[in-house]
Amino acid sequence: MQKEEAKKMAETINDASEDWCASAPFESRPARVVRRESLVPNLELLTVQAPTVAQKIRPGQFIVVRADEYGERIPLTVADWDRREGTISCVFMQVGTSTYKLGNLQAGDTLATFVGPLGKALELDQWDTVLCAGGCYGIGSMFPVARALKETGNQVISLIEGRSKFLLYWLDRLEAVSDRMLIATHDGSLGKKDGYPSIVEELLASGERIDRVIAVGCTFMMYEMAQTTRRFGVKTIVSLNPIMIDGTGMCGACRVSVGDETKFACVDGPDFDAHQVDWDVLLSRRKAYLGNETDSAERSTSVWKR
Amino acid sequence: MAKKKIIPAKMPMPEQPAAERIYNFDEVPYGYTPEQAVAEAERCLQCKRAGCVEGCPVCIDIPRFLALVAEGDFRGAIDLVKENNALPAVTGRVCPQEEQCEASCALSKRFEPVAIGRLERFVADWEAAQGPPRIPKLPPPTGKRVAVVGSGPAGLTAAADLVKEGHQVTMFEALHEAGGVLVYGIPEFRLPKAIVRREVDYICALGVKLVKDFVVGTTATVDELLEVYDAVFLGTGAGLPWFLNIPGENLNGVYSANEYLTRANLMKAYRFPEYDTPIVRGRRVATIGGGNVAMDSARSALRLGAKESLIVYRRSREEMPCREEEIHHAIEEGVQLNLLLTPVAFHSGGNGWVKEMECLRNELGEPDASGRRRPVPISGSNFRISTDVVVIAIGQSPNPMIPNTTPGLETGRRGNIVVDEETMKTSKHGVFAGGDVATGGATVILAMGQAKIAARAMSEFLETGQW
Repeated sequence: MQKEEAKKMAETINDASEDWCASAPFESRPARVVRRESLVPNLELLTVQAPTVAQKIRPGQFIVVRADEYGERIPLTVADWDRREGTISCVFMQVGTSTYKLGNLQAGDTLATFVGPLGKALELDQWDTVLCAGGCYGIGSMFPVARALKETGNQVISLIEGRSKFLLYWLDRLEAVSDRMLIATHDGSLGKKDGYPSIVEELLASGERIDRVIAVGCTFMMYEMAQTTRRFGVKTIVSLNPIMIDGTGMCGACRVSVGDETKFACVDGPDFDAHQVDWDVLLSRRKAYLGNETDSAERSTSVWKR
Repeated sequence: MAKKKIIPAKMPMPEQPAAERIYNFDEVPYGYTPEQAVAEAERCLQCKRAGCVEGCPVCIDIPRFLALVAEGDFRGAIDLVKENNALPAVTGRVCPQEEQCEASCALSKRFEPVAIGRLERFVADWEAAQGPPRIPKLPPPTGKRVAVVGSGPAGLTAAADLVKEGHQVTMFEALHEAGGVLVYGIPEFRLPKAIVRREVDYICALGVKLVKDFVVGTTATVDELLEVYDAVFLGTGAGLPWFLNIPGENLNGVYSANEYLTRANLMKAYRFPEYDTPIVRGRRVATIGGGNVAMDSARSALRLGAKESLIVYRRSREEMPCREEEIHHAIEEGVQLNLLLTPVAFHSGGNGWVKEMECLRNELGEPDASGRRRPVPISGSNFRISTDVVVIAIGQSPNPMIPNTTPGLETGRRGNIVVDEETMKTSKHGVFAGGDVATGGATVILAMGQAKIAARAMSEFLETGQW
């Protein structure tokens, strides 16, 4: 970063009315919730004021949040940002205690932890045609990826999938940064019925040129994509979502097996070659605390407002 | 000085009985009473050439400190200690005194040395009981800004020394709580977190600004810090855990010590589900390694409900690098030592969870570079240990994030930042480093000693502008 930019960044964070802040850049300030809204059932969009992170974030990177002082540290991929406003937006699914807590936040609340940007940024290049596939929270996470690929001069085909039409969102936003939109729903309420692998298969089998596939979503969705594209030998990048704690390479909770090597998803990733990932290890490690999740949910629903 | 009667043994320090303490995370020793402290301090011979001072990495005037305690002047004693050591309540608990000050105590040749560590702990706790700490008068501001990266032992020490010189200090921490290894690594029963928080609060009260949730390397790079700060101190520790690189290591139930202890300590998983972070509470926990971190893990496992806690170490008891006190406490609590073993694989019960650890038996060969006898596996001696949680505590090295994002910062073979030992200067103008990030994994007090050297050199650099 250039000198002026660093100065500007320091200025935005500082509150000139406070002497100390004015003389000490990078003052820490708790991340405040600007907005929290339900996009579709179970999927929430959280927008947070975090100017330092917003200045730096790049497509593919993630942040780590903790809803309150009792909370877990969990990683969330980033769905959008506004460098001028200093905000970061994340889409997440409410599945357990931590995400339920996040989903209960209201504008004006502060987060106990909000740290980033973490992980390597997605490799961006001019590959010609890129298929961007998103499912679940990954539809949101795919948006900045598709946008960046488009800006880099690629033909972008966006593919979004869900169980039903009412679980899809941001079609308009994605359309604006895509050359083509493909939609798949399990029930056929919108786009093609019976899931997306068949779309991908048809596309690749038809001989259409796809130089690279990028997939973000639940582990199973990314696994299915890996299986499909493997047969056609199309390079496929997935954004892995293992359990993490610090997000800086300190604990090793997020280790994944990639091409017979152990990698830390937080610092070596989160993006990896889908055809090299050991999916059994990833799926198994993601489920390590499912039993605890029940205990935690029982408690947090009974003492919700502690 | 008149000849005085030598008392051969240390005043014992009362502690929680082992049978009780394995069911809680409360601190093990209770500390001295004032009477016990005075009696212990009176054992000091007040040597003219005091070996203890030479043995202290932060050069505390120990004979004078002991004389003040013996006189009952606890205020004078703590003020003296704090001149050189910003974290006395911490070092009084976790320093390996038996290798440092107490090893050089004149008494130690024939008797037990003076319990310098316990007395340091005593005066620090005494001060805490008196209410808010006294803030020393600080010199006028120099107008220089310093960034301290990392808030562990090295960062806290550097920050304290620099702010006392009148510099404006901002301390950056990647996690949500300051203290580094003192809060994520060392367990509550060995170092209560309230004590760390008190020490951090003291340093902030001196005027140091703490910025948490800020990862130098990504949130801002060192070069970006240098745009707004006149000098940078890197005290980021050794946060990258080592693994064994053997089959089955990614099974569920296999933890790095960093993860296991971070869950238990920083995230308070021992209070799950009151706190949201879970931890696997194994019935038979095997910890691999023979250092203090391994002891901390094995003892934490008992408190998390393990029926059996095993240490698996590749050499023999004599070669174990942990403190004598730690192993003593561990054995007292029922931790079982399994020596001369090399793990070669982890096996699952077919469900993705670890069930057994396969080991080879070792014999001791010739001494290696560390001077300790090298473990040599006996081929064909494979056998299996049943276990449901494994903790790998075989060491760690510096996190590569800062070196990777800082052009011009030279690193050594193990990823440590190369420094000039006289000044702790790195290869990059304006950047200093100290603690585990420079040494690659040592003790709290050595990190503090290096931070003090760095702070002195930084002040000189800030004053003269000479690199």
